[in-house]
Amino acid sequence: MDFNEKRIPIIKIRDYLIVSIQVDMHDRLALQLQTQILEEIYRTGSKGVLIDISTLEMVDSFIGRVLSGMASMAAIMDAAVVIVGMQPAVAITLVELGLEMPGVDTALNMELGMEMLEKRLNKA
Amino acid sequence: MLEIVSDKSWELLEKCPILNEYDIVKARQIVREFAKKEGMGIVDQTRITTAVSELFRNMFSYASGGEVLIEKGIIEEKPTLIITCIDKGPGIDNIELAMTDGYTSGGGMGYGLPGAKRLVDRFEISSELNKGTTVRVMKWK
Repeated sequence: MDFNEKRIPIIKIRDYLIVSIQVDMHDRLALQLQTQILEEIYRTGSKGVLIDISTLEMVDSFIGRVLSGMASMAAIMDAAVVIVGMQPAVAITLVELGLEMPGVDTALNMELGMEMLEKRLNKA
Repeated sequence: MLEIVSDKSWELLEKCPILNEYDIVKARQIVREFAKKEGMGIVDQTRITTAVSELFRNMFSYASGGEVLIEKGIIEEKPTLIITCIDKGPGIDNIELAMTDGYTSGGGMGYGLPGAKRLVDRFEISSELNKGTTVRVMKWK
């Protein structure tokens, strides 16, 4: 496996930022992504962020904390975060681990996540 | 203090050092590969991978690393994956407290040890101040 410091790409489509995490993140990479997303929200004025974790095979307490922290930080910057595509085994493990992710919106897939963000923005 | 003893019938599959953050990722992927090889289902693979990820991170954050032994053996008549994390860190002063949900001595969430325990079939911990900590988890098929 290649452990070079690769950045996880953040793509902007209309008012949204789309991030697809496709590597098993080490802790520093997870924190770096957190900062990167907040910087992109600031730079682009995006109102919503979709984070696809469908290829993540595990979410431990650290990554869980980074994801929920990211949602809270983005909320302060007036952007909503939706985490999409969590695998069933990951969901089971997260709950058994005892980790709750308060304030984190989730959707089954990218399409539903996008709908969720659109509904939210239209309401506002 | 609980002594952690190995059984001679166990087969050593791999030894991994945990010295940096990349090692945590590498070692948990190796554990998942062995879990897969042992025929564990996807949920059990995820449970053991997540549990060891918590333990590896503890070694890295609190004890500046350590060594991991991945073994397999027969426990309670079931083929079992046995992962032992050995560090020479500061040790845990109060194991009972460290095993409490939400308690943290560092910057973590406090779900590491108790959470890892819930995800495995057997959990053993032994620690001595200024000597180090050994944690062993077992997951059977």
